[in-house]
Amino acid sequence: MDAFSEWFLWLHKEHGVKLTIFYDEWDRGRFLWGIWTTIRLSFVCIILSVVIGIVGAWLQMSRFVWVRSVVQGYIQFFRNTPPLIQLYFFYFAVDAALSGLLGTRGGVLDSFGWAVVSLSFFAGAFNVEIFRAGVEAVPRSTAEAAEALGYTRGQVYRYVTLPLAFRVSLPALNNNLINLLKTTTVAYAIAAPETLYVANQIWSDEYNVQEMMNVVWVVYIVLVGILVWLMNRWERSIRVPGFGR
Amino acid sequence: MNAPAWSPDQPIVSLKDVHKSFGSLEVIKGVSFDVMKGEVVCVIGPSGSGKSTLIRCVNALNDIQSGSIKVLGREVHSPDLDKLELRKMVGMVFQQYNLFPHKTALENVMMAPIKVLKRARAEAEESARALIRKVRLEGKEDAYPGELSGGQQQRVAIARSLAMAPDVMLFDEVTAALDPETVKEVLVTIKELAAEGMTCILVTHEMGFAREVADHIYFTDRGVIVEHGPPDTFFDSASDPRTREFLSQIL
Repeated sequence: MDAFSEWFLWLHKEHGVKLTIFYDEWDRGRFLWGIWTTIRLSFVCIILSVVIGIVGAWLQMSRFVWVRSVVQGYIQFFRNTPPLIQLYFFYFAVDAALSGLLGTRGGVLDSFGWAVVSLSFFAGAFNVEIFRAGVEAVPRSTAEAAEALGYTRGQVYRYVTLPLAFRVSLPALNNNLINLLKTTTVAYAIAAPETLYVANQIWSDEYNVQEMMNVVWVVYIVLVGILVWLMNRWERSIRVPGFGR
Repeated sequence: MNAPAWSPDQPIVSLKDVHKSFGSLEVIKGVSFDVMKGEVVCVIGPSGSGKSTLIRCVNALNDIQSGSIKVLGREVHSPDLDKLELRKMVGMVFQQYNLFPHKTALENVMMAPIKVLKRARAEAEESARALIRKVRLEGKEDAYPGELSGGQQQRVAIARSLAMAPDVMLFDEVTAALDPETVKEVLVTIKELAAEGMTCILVTHEMGFAREVADHIYFTDRGVIVEHGPPDTFFDSASDPRTREFLSQIL
């Protein structure tokens, strides 16, 4: 056992501060796996929810009323209901219905898979609105100049509207993605082995709720801190002189 | 669809009895005129007389209710028009420049040739640099629009439009948003283009410039062409009272 682990063992023996994750191989393993699961879950949900936001904002400009209505219905449903209930709905109701339909045994997706689907749709609904606000902030005349140069509607969106809308949307997007990272803790409820879930397992086994609660605080502060740092760096890197300020 | 044959003895742009309404408001009430290759035509008239709308109809940024607009023999408002083909033929420069603010001057000029014409990057960049020199902005290639003055931005916009090698250029009040000092640098650029034989249709309030550069002047008021003629005749001996009143207020 190295000095690091020794010190935490001593801390426990002498002062009763029981941080098993630093000296118990098994606890450390499952806790690191929990953090890794939170990171993977957040990463996949961030990517998917941004894709949903981009596509949704594009569809909201559709000339077909029914397309806009479907997007609007999606936003209202996922924005106006609690994420925990959405997660249960996917994990229990949708999974059972799909299993019955496809004749699969033991569920279509595991708890991680349903957490990805549910949380991506949840955050995606907000992202659609965030990007829509950005798209509406891009002057019509700028897009028109691209049209006059022969860009197709898709090219105008991709090369002109979206890059400009992104810059306008970033502060609001930051907020939503931070919220998304924190909301991954609801995956606890369907036993997806993310940080809070494994922390709960550890404190149930080791009776160290106080210690683990503090560790969980620190983990989320650091994870969100990293996300904020990355987003700020990105925001700075795409800042354009003379635009937006 | 086979493109109808066009030969240089025919008008490069031809408008026949064009009507355009926004809802119940009719802004163009039967306008006809022809522009020959290499001609420079200025459209002048009071604000709200439908000048800008008229040239926006030429590259299909606005649709029309009836009549016909032909560019190089192709009907612009036919349902089977290839819009890309039209926009390759017709370049447009706007009052507010409308540059892409997230792209440098050079990128603004080379983007459309790469994305729309699918040209190789190196080739597009070479022609873009040449165009930037042509509008006298060498050294500003890597500047963003936000770092350029209005006159400089407008010249980038002209270069951006020229990069598509259009047959006709439309200028929609391109100096109206500029300081008096910078108006000149943009007008010089346009004058050079005209001298090279580019077909130009300009909506403008610069009467001195119109007189100097135009082959033909059209005066529009309330959606119709009130009077037209070569610049000297038009400015010196306008016959319609509306034209005379407009000119007396401006000159």
